[in-house]
Amino acid sequence: MDATRDRQDERIERIIGRLLQIGVLTAAVVVLIGGSMLLAQYGSIPANFARFKGEDPVLKSVGSIVRAVMTGDSRAIVQVGLVLLIATPVARVALTMVAFALQRDRVYVVVTAIVLALLLYGLFWGRA
Amino acid sequence: MTLGLLALLLGVGAFGAGLLGALTGLGGGLVVVPMMTILFHVDLRYAIGASLVSVIATSSGAAAAYVREGFTNVRVGIFLEVATTTGALTGAALAGFIPTAALAIMFGLVLLYTAFRSFQSHEDHPLDLPADPLAIKLRLGSTYPTREGIRAYSVQGVKAGFALMFVAGVLSALLGIGSGIVKVLAMDRTMKLPFKVSTTTSNFMIGVTAAASAGVYLHRGYIEPALAFPVMLGVLGGALLGARILSGAKTILLRRIFTVVVVILALEMLYKGIKGAL
Repeated sequence: MDATRDRQDERIERIIGRLLQIGVLTAAVVVLIGGSMLLAQYGSIPANFARFKGEDPVLKSVGSIVRAVMTGDSRAIVQVGLVLLIATPVARVALTMVAFALQRDRVYVVVTAIVLALLLYGLFWGRA
Repeated sequence: MTLGLLALLLGVGAFGAGLLGALTGLGGGLVVVPMMTILFHVDLRYAIGASLVSVIATSSGAAAAYVREGFTNVRVGIFLEVATTTGALTGAALAGFIPTAALAIMFGLVLLYTAFRSFQSHEDHPLDLPADPLAIKLRLGSTYPTREGIRAYSVQGVKAGFALMFVAGVLSALLGIGSGIVKVLAMDRTMKLPFKVSTTTSNFMIGVTAAASAGVYLHRGYIEPALAFPVMLGVLGGALLGARILSGAKTILLRRIFTVVVVILALEMLYKGIKGAL
């Protein structure tokens, strides 16, 4: 029945899986660089995270993070790595949608598009 | 404690959590939040943010390995992600209104349930039951490799599975965990997928579910860079090492040890939640 289609799905997923690993490793390297800078800068000050301080005006959205990185802010560099990391599953869903489109599988293009829309909503407008 | 020392200790703890999580198959995210709140007195919201980030790292980092084995059912995964991401956005929207004491109690209960499940052995169910008509419409049935060759399986209980996945999404966002245990429950028990297919498809879904609420938490300031960076790197490193040294033989003892740790953390979370001390 769907055996050949399954094998094809699998091949595409394997490529997507590799791309994801590259995404995660890139994110980890950026986080490591930002984290080292952060420790060099603030490593010796006392840590207190017992109380939630609410949102950091610089770090609350994707756009403001990018602007802060331009000024070499270590916290913002860590956040860029973390945004990259959060973006990897989003990229996976987008690529899976392309794969379904190539197979002319309309139902699953729609299903995948719904998931993608929900993810993008969370990432860009999720202030609820 | 200085920020440097805290980061070092968090990194070491997260590495251990990732390693044990990968070796036992129970996931590292489950112990990161209790570790941060109980041992290091970090606010529950910062702990949830850091934990979610580490969950995404392990799920995406392991993706290639899982797909290679040919167990993941991509259609089932994508279809159910509609439910988990909707649940995750709902959970993230609710998170601001639920008192942290209530979250701590929920966390304790989920940990206890996980410990309970880890002592049960799963039973294989027949794979050739008549499929749910909805599963046929959505072409959810597939094949997977077994020792006797490629086997076909059908999918049952699509609506009930979808509903459970919504719950898994809500829990993932509220508690900062991957909620793999609920996802596997939905696929293995309710939808009657083969166990191996359930666990690998669950891992495929965990990163996507966590990304939905992590996006929201980023805006809200839950993801504190100074805490998220050692936790993410630690869990990822531990999980990658764990996947490398995975050898069936010693995991039973490790699983026991991990289960004991989970029970202790569960009781501590319940105690703190009831006392309102978080």
